[in-house]
Amino acid sequence: MRPIATTRSAMGIPTGRLAVWWVLVSEIVIFGGLLASYVMNRIAHAEWGAQAAHTNTWAGAFNTLVLLTSSLSAVFAHQAAEGGDGRRAARFLRLTVLGGGIFLVVKSIEWTHEIREGFVIQSGGFWSYYYTAAGLHAFHVIAGMCVMLWVAASAERNQDLHRVENVGIYWHFVDVVWIFLFPLLYIAK
Amino acid sequence: MSAHAESHRHPDYLKVYFTLVGLLVVSVVGPMVGIRVVTLIAAFGVALVKAYMVAKNFMHLNVEKRWIHWALALALVFMVLLYAGVSPDVGRDSGQRWTKGAGWHQLPPSHEKAGAEGTPGAPRH
Amino acid sequence: MTGSEMSHTTAHAHPEGAHDAHHEQGWFLKYFWSTDHKIIGLQYMLTGMLMALVGAFMAYVFRMQLAFPGQSVPGFGVVTPGQYNMLVTNHGSIMIFWVAMPVLIAGFGNYLIPLMIGADDMVFPRLNRLSYQLFFLSVLVLATSLAVQNGGFGGAWTAYPPLSANKAYNLTPLGSSLWLVAVALEFVAFLLGGINFIVTSMNSRAPGMKAFDVPILVWTIVIASVMFMASVGPLIAGAVMLLFDQTLGTSFFNPTRGGDPILWQHLFWFFGHPEVYVVLLPAMGIVAEVMTVFARKKLFAYKTVIYTIIGTAMLSFFVWAHHQFVAGIDPRMANIFTVTTVLISIPIAEMCFVYIATLYGGSITLSTPMLWALGFMAEFLVGGVTGIYLGASGTDIFFHDTYFVIAHFHYTFFPIAIIATMSGVTFWFPKMFGRTMNEFWGKVHFWGTIIPFNGIFIPLFVLGAAGEHRRIFDYHNFPHLDTPGLGMLRMIATLSLVVMLAFQFVFIVNFLVSMFRGPRAPRNPWRSNTLEWTADSPPPHGNWPVLPDCHRGPYEYSVPGREQDFWPQDEKA
Repeated sequence: MRPIATTRSAMGIPTGRLAVWWVLVSEIVIFGGLLASYVMNRIAHAEWGAQAAHTNTWAGAFNTLVLLTSSLSAVFAHQAAEGGDGRRAARFLRLTVLGGGIFLVVKSIEWTHEIREGFVIQSGGFWSYYYTAAGLHAFHVIAGMCVMLWVAASAERNQDLHRVENVGIYWHFVDVVWIFLFPLLYIAK
Repeated sequence: MSAHAESHRHPDYLKVYFTLVGLLVVSVVGPMVGIRVVTLIAAFGVALVKAYMVAKNFMHLNVEKRWIHWALALALVFMVLLYAGVSPDVGRDSGQRWTKGAGWHQLPPSHEKAGAEGTPGAPRH
Repeated sequence: MTGSEMSHTTAHAHPEGAHDAHHEQGWFLKYFWSTDHKIIGLQYMLTGMLMALVGAFMAYVFRMQLAFPGQSVPGFGVVTPGQYNMLVTNHGSIMIFWVAMPVLIAGFGNYLIPLMIGADDMVFPRLNRLSYQLFFLSVLVLATSLAVQNGGFGGAWTAYPPLSANKAYNLTPLGSSLWLVAVALEFVAFLLGGINFIVTSMNSRAPGMKAFDVPILVWTIVIASVMFMASVGPLIAGAVMLLFDQTLGTSFFNPTRGGDPILWQHLFWFFGHPEVYVVLLPAMGIVAEVMTVFARKKLFAYKTVIYTIIGTAMLSFFVWAHHQFVAGIDPRMANIFTVTTVLISIPIAEMCFVYIATLYGGSITLSTPMLWALGFMAEFLVGGVTGIYLGASGTDIFFHDTYFVIAHFHYTFFPIAIIATMSGVTFWFPKMFGRTMNEFWGKVHFWGTIIPFNGIFIPLFVLGAAGEHRRIFDYHNFPHLDTPGLGMLRMIATLSLVVMLAFQFVFIVNFLVSMFRGPRAPRNPWRSNTLEWTADSPPPHGNWPVLPDCHRGPYEYSVPGREQDFWPQDEKA
């Protein structure tokens, strides 16, 4: 099924992992562009701080905890896959997906509350960036969850175990983005 | 198949995790003190440290090939470049003959909502 | 652990399990659903070339309007101001995003990279197929944008807000959002494709092929892909922001509500400037491959060229605001960008000198591909030097938004998107289709393109210097531009365009007839060194029954002491 090209490794890194790193490079500049725009606008608009005060820091902190825990689960999955235990790896991957799910549920509750209070995406500069940045991040969480479930399905049959590490690297990146989103959107007031 | 040639020793992931959680607590408590410098360090300084720890320990960036570091660093450098080139213009709220409009307007809470939302381009102060 | 150890045991291209059924694969599976890099490459090229016809037709229509204002254009009708804007906008967008990029990068890249590095396919064939399908979807979305109520987007390919964000201004609410979505889809398709090119070129090289044994074209496509990846991110963020401004009523770019239209400009040009080098580099790569073969000489300074390309790529990220000199940016930044912009002409000029040095003393054959390559050098040179006037903020204040700019970028883009493409198509046609194109008609097509091309754009330099602004539908409204002399220049430009377009039929006929009835081509009709010429013409699925090894660099031509004047990379020492 796979061409010989995929099995070669002139750079000394397996092909799948090399590809994931390049995906991360492109994601750094996508989020970087959005967040750089946000930061320079935020600095120019002193009044945005008052808007940011309406975000729910506890929800944000809880979500940070959830993502950190899901990253832990992902790295345990990698450890299991390295040891050849596909079923264990699949279980940890599914735990990671569960973490992503919890993250999304908390976010939905948060957003519902904020929208009910009248803070929608059109409410002004801060809110436009808030929903766009967190929304873009959530989109990447959902995508990661889907890929992770697919990898878990193969891993359970002890197939393509190298993919466990690769999807883990992607997930850790999603976690790192949130690590920066949290102070940017929730704390800086 | 999985050419994990670096067959690296796994760090103690739980220890890393609890350090990260501790840092999270710091980043939430720090801003409550109210002093601006403390807030900035607690929020952003901690974020940098946490990101570094995740990259190093979870993503195994420390045992990855060197040039991957350079590729990622290059992406970050370009973001700094973007910021440096754009913020002299966008990071200002007024110039010689202009000011930007106020950056927000809040809709009334939905249970009281009566009127329409702002249309794009309609001036609203 | 080196790559050569790993691939030694797997040097034989074993057919995939499904491949015994390959011969019985229906037309649909074989052509429409293929994961073979060669088919995908040809799909991109064919789509790109068809889009070129669409973009060319749009240029024909608006140039007819400019030369004969108000008169009905044969094949289109009377051009309204809104339609004029739509034509100009979509001509630019199509030529850059749906012609230059798919043909030069995705077309040649997909087809040639695995062949040139001795691999049997790209590393992620199914991702490759998905990339093309996303690209095809973007074509459909763009076409839809032209067909919806109120017509296609007319806010220029640069889509500056507030015009692009506010439907009360652009009058094309559906068209503007669909255009934006089409562009965004195209970006995603190329991001995914780029991953394939980069990873394949890095990891899947033939045993023995070191980094500096890789042909220049592969280097340029890979570096272009990395540049694209690094520059498009902020614009993708910006496109999401613009789409939200258009559809949701956010105010990212609305100054009355705290946004900033200059932010869009910066995000756009942070991508837009590296983008022109993204398309330039593969074009120069093609020219290098063609020139070395038809001068029977090695590339003058291969390593220097690589370092120069990398240097140019890096520097291209530091020049973007020269597109915004008169937009109200901080004048101190304008000074900085002037310096960096003028500096970037140095590495490009150096590459031109390297190419000339490659030709010097060579045994030159003026075949059709070589004519195109030489034409590229001559025309691109004009584009490059006129860019200096635009890169210096002082002169740009006068030239900005005039036809001088249009003439400058067509003297760069046309060589990139058309001339280098023609060089590549006529050069690799025998490999792709197993037949040879007609040399005589190829040369007729060449001269019939190059000469009128200058007839179009030299008048535009003059018009620009006379102050003719861009994006104006009818110059009758500008008394100082409505003179007989300038009107004559507009007409000369338009008539030259018509002549040039007429000559493209020569190419189309030559291409189609040769594809089905041309004389059969041998494996290596041009006596070239690079690995693609060791495969059959056209190569089968998997490219070779046994994948080749690499024993030397790609440009060992006319090596003293050897009987043959070329030395294929896979030949054992």
